[in-house]
Formats: sequence, structure tokens, C-alpha cells
Amino acid sequence: MPQQESAPFPLLAIRDISVAFGGIRALDGISFDLERGRILGLIGPNGAGKTTLFNCLSRLYTPTSGDILFEGKSILKRAASRMAEIGIGRTFQNLASFSRLSVRDNIRVGAHCRARTDMLSDGLRLPRMRRAEERINGIVDELIAYLELSSVADLPMAGLPFGTLKRAEMARALAVGPKLLLLDEPAGGLNHDEIGELGRLIRRMRDDRAVTVLLVEHHMNLVMGVSDKVVVLNFGRKICEGDPAGVQSDVEVIRAYLGDGKS
Amino acid sequence: MSVREESSAITAAGKPVSRFGARNWAGIVVVLVLAALPLFLANFTIFQLTMMLIYAIAILGLNLLTGINGQFSLGHGAFYAIGAYTAAILMEDAGLAYGWTLPAAGIVCFLSGFLFGLPALRLEGIYLALATFGLAVAMPQFLKLSVIEPWTGGVQGIVITKPDAPFGLPLSQDQWLYYFTLVVGLLLYWFAVNLVSSRSGRALMAIRDNPLAARAMGVNNALYKSLAFGVSAAFTGIAGALGAIVVQFVAPDSFTFFLSVALFVGLVVGGVGWLPGALVGGAFVVFVPNVAEHFNKALAGAVYGVILILLIYLMPTGAGGLVRKVADFIGRRMKSRPDR
Repeated sequence: MPQQESAPFPLLAIRDISVAFGGIRALDGISFDLERGRILGLIGPNGAGKTTLFNCLSRLYTPTSGDILFEGKSILKRAASRMAEIGIGRTFQNLASFSRLSVRDNIRVGAHCRARTDMLSDGLRLPRMRRAEERINGIVDELIAYLELSSVADLPMAGLPFGTLKRAEMARALAVGPKLLLLDEPAGGLNHDEIGELGRLIRRMRDDRAVTVLLVEHHMNLVMGVSDKVVVLNFGRKICEGDPAGVQSDVEVIRAYLGDGKS
Repeated sequence: MSVREESSAITAAGKPVSRFGARNWAGIVVVLVLAALPLFLANFTIFQLTMMLIYAIAILGLNLLTGINGQFSLGHGAFYAIGAYTAAILMEDAGLAYGWTLPAAGIVCFLSGFLFGLPALRLEGIYLALATFGLAVAMPQFLKLSVIEPWTGGVQGIVITKPDAPFGLPLSQDQWLYYFTLVVGLLLYWFAVNLVSSRSGRALMAIRDNPLAARAMGVNNALYKSLAFGVSAAFTGIAGALGAIVVQFVAPDSFTFFLSVALFVGLVVGGVGWLPGALVGGAFVVFVPNVAEHFNKALAGAVYGVILILLIYLMPTGAGGLVRKVADFIGRRMKSRPDR
């Protein structure tokens, strides 16, 4: 991968994308950039189109028009299962655990794209399989330590406390080896302390692991606390983009959240 | 919440070592018993035990599909039939040695399963069950087709010569076939265990537990689901080939829909997702109808049904669930003893 050539591009560029469901425009000409090593918060009232945009980024929806560029290349021809291999990881709004697998195996699945095997060499324990396991286990052990999951690593996901599950899913997303991490409402269901911890974790991941983060979130304190840049959507349109302080004082944003007093 | 955390912490600390050891010992004992059995039994009983192992292999294949990958099949009898016919035709028409028919049946059934799996990708749960059911129902009719009669022998089927024990081993034909089947079964079991604990196996289980998340982790769901169908069909096909050799006969009506149902019942009784359960399932398929018949010939079907209902009530998660409960119980008793 020619790093030098792709460096002038932002890591992620959303270019004028629109999504229509039937006659309804869920997204209408959204554009913004996300630079390497930044944390971008995507906010907006309910129904603003955040989830639609997120689903476009994880290739569950294809925009009706516009393009999404990752390292300067369009991702719109990629299957959803081939996003991990180019370095895009994600977590899910509500938990999406492999509930019957252990925490460790969940994270191992995250590292699926970091090794290559086939069923025959896996079934016969050929060297190819053992090399892959070694590589995957190395990645997983490091993440278990990083996210302090060692006491629960060999327990099945089903039955673990919510906060632990969230951390395990974060580890699973990191196991992909992401350059870009998409977080879909990670604060949902967490208490005040846990949200504070989450904010520190997001910054720590960015600093230690050179992960660029796109955060879709309702929780204002979290978004304003960690984001370098905030993009605000309302009714499928981008109404504001800027640093947290600027966004918070923007008239349009305040109106979107509080109403204009005329209704 | 805190209570649960505490108890899980205990199991986390104590379990892996002791459970792992106990599990291995149990496996060794089962294999030793299986290896010793034919030395003390009459040929007909040995034949029945061989069939038990053969069904266990078929159920193991079905378990990889249903238990590990979460796809249903009510049509695995069809793959068993394809394997059996592959072996029979290769032995009687092409003069292939019986041992070589197993990989051949495995490959043919892998391809059949994989190809069947591709369109089946669009189907989930009960709809997939229905499609596979169609496959099972169609298979006997298909085998009777006059176009392929020169190979399949039509309604008459194919008679196969029973192989002798090689190298002048002092074993009866039945004993030899039993050991042959046992070795093949152990190899396939080893393969299945390796697969489940590998990257591919985890991908299969990830798809079962959460297909959307699996995809986001880079798992190609369509490919893995088709492969699961292929591998599962290959196991069942190898079982079919063994069945043809051991029964010395294949005919369309040996592979009706009831065979598929029997395999499915064996899977559920053994425990969906618990690989050793295949052996329990195989035993159920072979012996419970006999027991039922022995009990009351006229009401054999009813007795079989009652046994099945009772079993499902008493162990709703199959033998696997029961074993897990007992193991947990013993584990807790050992731990609560003050001197340890």
C-alpha cells in the first residue's frame, strides 16, 4: 500500500451522499472529511439520519448517489464482509456478541481477517493452521491485556455484565486492526462512571493505537468531551460542522435540539 | 449481578485445568470401551454397533451444520444416499477398493452439499428445513430414474461384496468392518474437533450467533455457510459409503425421508452443538427402535414415540446438556469440600 500517495487524502471522505427509501430522503447531500488520528462525533436528533449514514459506512446500505472514499478509494463496491480487511472496524449500537463463544473467541473472530486459512488445513491441523492460530492468539492476548479482560477471557459472553460485554466488543473491533473505528452509540446502557471511562478509552485508543474514530452518539457530554470535530445532522442534512465549542453555540444546532419556539 | 460475577470468577480460576483433564479421560475410556466391545459380542451385535458408529459419523456431519453453523437440514439422508451410491458404483462398476470409496464419497458429497448450500443461502431456519426436506423426499425417486439405471441398478439397487480383514488379521468380516469404521470415525471426529477450534470453526459459530457482526469482522458469510454445507454433507456421505459397504447393499428405498428424520432425531437427542453427542445419537438411531420393538411388537412405533417424548422432556438439551449439568454438579461438589 503506497502510504505516501494516500497521505494527502483524508482517511475518510464522505462525498455528497444521499439515501432515499421510497420517496423519503433519509440523507440529503452529506459531505465531510475525517482526518487521520482524529475523533469525529456525529450527532443529531432522533431520525436525523445518523444510523443511515452509519449503515452506509458499514456497507449495509448503498447510497442512492454520492461516494464514500476510504484512503482515497471508493468503498461502495465492497461487500460488507470485506471492510475489515481494509482496516475498518465497528461496534454495534446494542450488543452484537457471539453469545455462546467465550470472550477470547469473540476477540479471535475479530482477528479473522488478520490470517488466512482454509477448512482443510484447519481440520487437519496443518502448519498453515498453526501459524494462523499463533498470529491470532498474539493479537488477542495483547487486546485482552489492553482492555483488562483477563479475568473473564475464558467465560462465555452470555451472562457477563453489560459493561464487560461492551469492553469485549471493543476488543473484538480492535482485533480487526482498524485504521478507522466506527462506534455506534457506544454509551448506550452505560452509567455515568462507565461513560467517563469510555471517553478516556476512546482517546487512549486513538493515542496508543493510531486509530481514527467516528463516533455516532446521543450522549452530548461524551461527544463534546472526546471529539476533535463534530458533525450535526438534522432531517437528513448536515446543519453544522466544527469543533465542539463552535457547534454548541451554533444557532441552527440549538434550534434543531430545542425547537425554534414557534411550534 | 455481583453474585454472578463471583461464581464465574471461581469457575474461571478452577475450571480449565481440571475439566480439560476429566474430558480427555472420559474420551479415552469411551474409545477403549468401543475398541474392546467386538471381542466379546456376536457378529450381529457387532454389525449393529458398526451401524451405530456410521450413524454417529452422519450425525457428526449434521451437527457441524446445525450445531456449529446454525443451519437446519431435514435432508441429510439424501447426502447419505449419494455417498452410499458413490461407494457402491465405484466398487461394483469401477472395481475400486472399498477404502478408496470413502474419500471419493466425501468429495462427491462435499461438492453436492456446497452446490446445494449456494441457493440455500437465501433461506433461513424453517424455510431451509423445508427445502432440505424436499431434497430428502426427491432422492429415492431420483435414484430410480431410468436414465441413470445402468449405474444405479434402478429399483433393484446394487449388491456389494463384503470385504475380508486384510493382512490375514484374525478378525471376522464384521469385526474388521467395525474397527475400520471406528478408525474412520475417530479420524473424522478429530477433524471436526480441530475445525471447530480453528479460525474457520469460529467463523461458523460467529455466523450462527450473530451473522451481522460476523460480517463486520470480515467473515464471508455466504462462503462459510456453503462450505459448512459441503463439509457436513461430506461427513454424512462418508457415513453413507461406510453404510453401503457394511450393509452390502444399496437401494433407493433404504434412503427415504425417514433416514433424514432419524439423523435429525439423533442430532437432537445427542445434543445440538455438542460433538461427542453424535455417538449417543447414533446409538439412539440404531437401538431405540429395537428396544421399542422388543417391548411390544405391535406398538413399536408408539413405544418409540413415547421414549422420544420422555427423553426430550427429561433432557431438553440432549445428552450434551445432561453431561454438562452432571459435570457442573460434580465440579461444584468437589469445590465445596472443605479439605480442598
